[in-house]
Amino acid sequence: MAAVAPYLAAFSARFQLVLQYRAAAIAGFATQLWWGALKIMVLAAFFYGATRSPPMSLTNAITYTWLGQAFLIFLPWNADPEVAEMVRSGAVAYDRLRPLDTYGWWYARAVAWSAARVVPRAVLLFAVAAVLLPALGLGQWSLRPPAGLAATGLFLIAMIGVALLSASIVLLVNVIAVASMTDRGANLMIAPFSNLFSGGIVPLAFFPDWLRPGLRLQPFAGLVDIPYRIYFGELAGWGALQGLAVQLGWTLLLVLAGHAALGAAMRRLQVQGG
Amino acid sequence: MPQIVVRDLTKRYRVAEREAGTFGALKGLFHRRTRVVEALDRVSFSLEAGELLGFIGPNGAGKSTTIKILSGILRPTSGSVEVDGLVPYEDRIRHVARIGVVFGQRTQLWWDLPVIEGFDLLAAIYRVERRRYQRTRDELVALLKLDRLLDQPVRQLSLGQRMRAEIAAALLHEPQILFLDEPTIGLDAPAKLAVREVVQRLNRERGVTVLLTTHDMHDIEALAERVIVIGHGRILADSPFERLRAEGLAERRVYLEFADDAPDLSIAGVEVRARDGRSLELAFDPGKTSAPALIARIAAQHPLADIHVEQPAIEEVIARFYDRHGAAEA
Repeated sequence: MAAVAPYLAAFSARFQLVLQYRAAAIAGFATQLWWGALKIMVLAAFFYGATRSPPMSLTNAITYTWLGQAFLIFLPWNADPEVAEMVRSGAVAYDRLRPLDTYGWWYARAVAWSAARVVPRAVLLFAVAAVLLPALGLGQWSLRPPAGLAATGLFLIAMIGVALLSASIVLLVNVIAVASMTDRGANLMIAPFSNLFSGGIVPLAFFPDWLRPGLRLQPFAGLVDIPYRIYFGELAGWGALQGLAVQLGWTLLLVLAGHAALGAAMRRLQVQGG
Repeated sequence: MPQIVVRDLTKRYRVAEREAGTFGALKGLFHRRTRVVEALDRVSFSLEAGELLGFIGPNGAGKSTTIKILSGILRPTSGSVEVDGLVPYEDRIRHVARIGVVFGQRTQLWWDLPVIEGFDLLAAIYRVERRRYQRTRDELVALLKLDRLLDQPVRQLSLGQRMRAEIAAALLHEPQILFLDEPTIGLDAPAKLAVREVVQRLNRERGVTVLLTTHDMHDIEALAERVIVIGHGRILADSPFERLRAEGLAERRVYLEFADDAPDLSIAGVEVRARDGRSLELAFDPGKTSAPALIARIAAQHPLADIHVEQPAIEEVIARFYDRHGAAEA
């Protein structure tokens, strides 16, 4: 316990701080609500015009879209802005003055950074999409509840997994930012990748049959595809555990890779100067 | 056994160079030229526990590089460093837990957090036991007069306030070694005095070993018993401050104001520097000529209106020192 105490403190300090950015949360929520509505309209038009039966019901596709909007922040969009700022100002080296493993320190802060932004946005979006819409008689466009009690429990576990996996990807982006002395290149790459391959733009179920098995095993699937299929009960029991294993496996692998890469980048920094 | 031992420390940076203009930039695409900059060249010194050492030198002399190596941020090209039995850049985590570092140009606190929350976080990072932390924190708050600043976010503090908070932040884990890199840079006079006072008290009352870099000579004058002058990555002098002063100050100046027009003086060993109406500026070596005797001798012959004896400003001494050893700004 004593070993992880500093990292937990880092997590809670940043979580509390970021949670206070109310204006950003409300603006983010409004944007995500608007985009969600837009996506659902496009989706509905697509479903009504479909000549073959789609791989997912419209009801589920709507719920999928709302979930995606509620947890949008968990998609890695860019390097941690604080790390990016340190890279620009040359202050990365000063983080090395803390008696901590730099990777763990950044990781705890990255989890806090995304989780603290997700919580208010998700609460507001659930309130509107799951409660307000049915109350207004727009139930067919609403966010439906999970498949059952087991699905709810597994989904919550999967969402913790999402936070951890997402941070491990953000950390890789951080490492690239440190190694290349700028966060711009890495940021440009990560957003389209994580949006497309997670199933954030189009559910992975809609991808061609020959591509899907591979897509569902790559790391980004753990951010959207796996947890949302658990939500619908499509992945249940053994299947759900397999999904969680894929998610966790990638997280561990990316953490190990990121840890090694950050170590190498820092050693270079030690030689070249900050 | 000294607490800090630095032997033959050498640090070279490779700096990319490019010829000016578009053509130079294009050429740089195909062939990169690099130049090696020698930031430190076989620097050796050692420091006993409880010493207060001042590092002075112009910008680019190697002061900050030395501090960065000592605090484990940088790795030397060659040479060795041992601080309290540890090699800083090999055993980083254990090493940094024992030292306190303040960089005058950077903040180590969190910009958006209130000072007190930053302190709490640091206590967690350094794994300081709760009661001990509270005691140390309260002491530091009193010593550095921080009580009214604790609830303010760091970004709202003035530079002087921030520097006091930074020093407290560097001391929460009660390090016995403190590295200060230009701690008074940009501060106004009262803030400088406050910083000096704290450093002095830490050193005298708690026996904290302090290594301080500055180019403010008043810092050195007020604090350091021992001074290392560094230029072009080399140590030019490592001596007690008083000796350095005596060496560089082999000159006294007397400004004399006469009742009538200044007379023509010709005294062996005394140089007339300036003459302007009734006033006269004389320079001499205090080791060879005694100031009181000289003044008495002049006053016996010519009525004096005013006397003013001066030693050259410390800046001037250092500048002369650099001239002599060829260490202009790199």
